[in-house]
Amino acid sequence: MERNLTLIALFAALIAALGLVPQFTLAFGVPITAQTMGVMLCGTILGAWRGGLAALLFVALVALGLPILAGGRGGLGVFASPTVGFLVGFPIAAFVTGWLMQAMSRMAVLPAAVIASVLGGMVVLYIPGTLGMSATLGKTIPEALALNLPFMPGDLIKAVLAGFVTSAVARARPDSLLSRA
Amino acid sequence: MLSLTSPVRTPFHPWPVGLKLALLALITFAIFLSDSLAVHAGALVGVALAYALCGRVFTRDALRLMRPIWIFVALILAWHLLTSEPELGLRIALRMVVLVALANLVTMTSRLSDMIALVTRLLAPLRRIGVNPAMIGLAAALFIRFVPVLTEKGAHLAEAWRARSPRRPGWRLAVPVTLLALDDAEQVAEALKARGGVPNE
Repeated sequence: MERNLTLIALFAALIAALGLVPQFTLAFGVPITAQTMGVMLCGTILGAWRGGLAALLFVALVALGLPILAGGRGGLGVFASPTVGFLVGFPIAAFVTGWLMQAMSRMAVLPAAVIASVLGGMVVLYIPGTLGMSATLGKTIPEALALNLPFMPGDLIKAVLAGFVTSAVARARPDSLLSRA
Repeated sequence: MLSLTSPVRTPFHPWPVGLKLALLALITFAIFLSDSLAVHAGALVGVALAYALCGRVFTRDALRLMRPIWIFVALILAWHLLTSEPELGLRIALRMVVLVALANLVTMTSRLSDMIALVTRLLAPLRRIGVNPAMIGLAAALFIRFVPVLTEKGAHLAEAWRARSPRRPGWRLAVPVTLLALDDAEQVAEALKARGGVPNE
């Protein structure tokens, strides 16, 4: 009980800490941050329920007014801005990533974590993300999806990195990889 | 860690948080229902007046918080000039600016402790399905304490890296930072258990 609570709180804090890492810019000028990698790690390391709850705690604290999104943003204004769908999608993405990780328990950690991160942290996250953009900007779904296109290469990189981090954690702390416990 | 609550006292600070949130929800809903440009422009004037009441320093902080929005405003205006629907573009842009500014106004004039108190009160019925609201408060407190801890430890790791290598640390630091989060979680769990566990009111 205590362990679940502290793991959820600490991984929510990890999402925030990764968002504070200075962002780097891809060749064609799209900024990417490590924040969504934190969401993927919640799933690949903590599993579906704990990972989803950690991301949910993070999103709830953004709403309450903590400046914990990449670039020091936060507050209720974020929920009225075009990126709202990605934010509310964080818990769903972490949950699905964790669920897939658990479902692929026969596979080695590295490929399983990469596949789970791509499907859960990218494909699933882009559904609410695109819907939110479509609603706030008054665009059709395909138009909104096109607006998100420049961010996909960065997210793919993050999914692969999340896989490597998960596999390193699996070697260093095999007992803490709860998605495989 | 700082919250986004403004240290500048404004006429809106004393308003109950519940009232501010209810008004925000109501206005957001109303603007989404309306398709009149006049209503949107009127709403912008209203929000601008509200900020005027809060003074210059407060408004400057608020504008800083709004920075990521202007890219989308420029994008929407350009898009609708190209499709020759400038009025629609103006309406969408106005709606976005008004709603974000209004929501930020609520965040900047409400204390974090009041927000947490309201959420704990709203979540009280969850007790019936076995969720302990005290646990949510404890998780929030641990989070607030550990974001600066993890960030600081991450900065130390980056410094140690730079002392050894001319290259940038980049993503490699994510591994030790994640391990730190795991280890801290195990230790805090032990400490909580030693002190009698999660309070059950």
